[in-house]
Amino acid sequence: MKRVGVLALQGGWAAHLRALRDVGCEPVEVRRAEQIDALDGLILPGGESTTHLLLIERFGLRPALDAFVASGRPVLCTCAGLILAAKAVHHPDQDSFGWLDVDVARNAWGRQVHSFEAHADGADLPLLFIRAPRIERVGPDVEITARFEGEPVMVRQGNVVGASFHPELTPDRRVHRALFG
Amino acid sequence: MEKSTFEAKVGLAEMLKGGVIMDVMNVEQAKIAEAAGACAVMALERVPAIIRRDGGVARASDPAMIKAIQAEVSIPVMAKCRIGHFMEARILEALEVDFIDESEVLTPADEAFHIEKHDFKVPFVCGCTDLGEALRRIGEGAAMLRTKGEAGTGNIVEGVRHLRTVHGHIRKLTRMPKEELMTEAKNLGAPYELVVQVAREGKLPVPNFAAGGIATPADAALCMALGAESVFVGSGIFLSSDPERRARAIVEAVTYWEDPKKLAEISTGLGEAMAGTEMGKLGEDEKLAKRGW
Repeated sequence: MKRVGVLALQGGWAAHLRALRDVGCEPVEVRRAEQIDALDGLILPGGESTTHLLLIERFGLRPALDAFVASGRPVLCTCAGLILAAKAVHHPDQDSFGWLDVDVARNAWGRQVHSFEAHADGADLPLLFIRAPRIERVGPDVEITARFEGEPVMVRQGNVVGASFHPELTPDRRVHRALFG
Repeated sequence: MEKSTFEAKVGLAEMLKGGVIMDVMNVEQAKIAEAAGACAVMALERVPAIIRRDGGVARASDPAMIKAIQAEVSIPVMAKCRIGHFMEARILEALEVDFIDESEVLTPADEAFHIEKHDFKVPFVCGCTDLGEALRRIGEGAAMLRTKGEAGTGNIVEGVRHLRTVHGHIRKLTRMPKEELMTEAKNLGAPYELVVQVAREGKLPVPNFAAGGIATPADAALCMALGAESVFVGSGIFLSSDPERRARAIVEAVTYWEDPKKLAEISTGLGEAMAGTEMGKLGEDEKLAKRGW
């Protein structure tokens, strides 16, 4: 059984644990750097990216996360996770890790009253956006795997997948199954 | 596209889990809270301890201060309205705050009825002291709950009581045979369908945070250990001697609540906590947790 870690510093990690169980993985709550290398896969969940950045920095998790991504094992970054994984972040500008060659704008659909549910273009994949970021630029080596109203909402570059929506909060398990199943 | 569904409302509550929501009284404090790692701020003109000291009617904040904070931080901004005051709530919704707290900390506007919260696009959080109150609020449309504790006292004893009461009752429901649940719903004063759901799932249908009296990282960790999914800190940060360090420490304690060695490091050298109030010194009419029906 694959052991897949979910970074559990703050935010929507609990729903990812349930999704991983649904696709037959053993989920692991990750809070310490020394847990990371032993995993078969990793998820950076939603939540507040500013909070995640501070805790990753303060508790020295960054080198182990970078090493895990470089090892080629599958990594899923949702919402705030996508913001951390991007090359550049705007609205406002903030640090990020550059695992995905995309630029994102935070909270770009508006405040919470504008959060919404929809389906991906030409597909029945459910999309739940919560104060979601928008992917503003996609690099040449990045594949767009889902769109909404023409805009990219899920992207893949090598072993790293980034989604601006929350696949863990809808019952559809295809995103988790494709990466970790 | 369907905006502001109940799933989207509860979704934001899910994203706030494991984070700290801090009361802030101005832009400067909001920036300190964000820099310390708060997952959201609650914009209000007076923290509960100051409301207690000043007395008088406590109302929703001036839109100008809420807008100023929204302009300066990127994290969610919440604001409080009075219990039952759906026009204050409409104004807060028009300001596009990210969550409305229908709060016992402000002076109630209605002594019989809470706001019908399904009618709003913005999600609501409400206080509770027991399971019946929690399920009534969810029945009205709350997307998140917080145990009330006793706000503005710096004393965790009531928060502990409310967490133990709610979670004890949930455990009791999970052991009940189905035929007892209707009478239990009657006794709780709670919607039957929600009682059945809690009995089946062993947890509340929406996230529950702790509030009221959290003054130290250890207080926050205690609430997490008692089943809270995160904490609201009101007076405890900005009435302490070193708000920046204390805010940071409480954020860290909520993440590492299961690691006493880390908690010991986190709790070191934070300066003076806010002065607290012993419950015996509060008159019955001074207890805010009794507000709510």
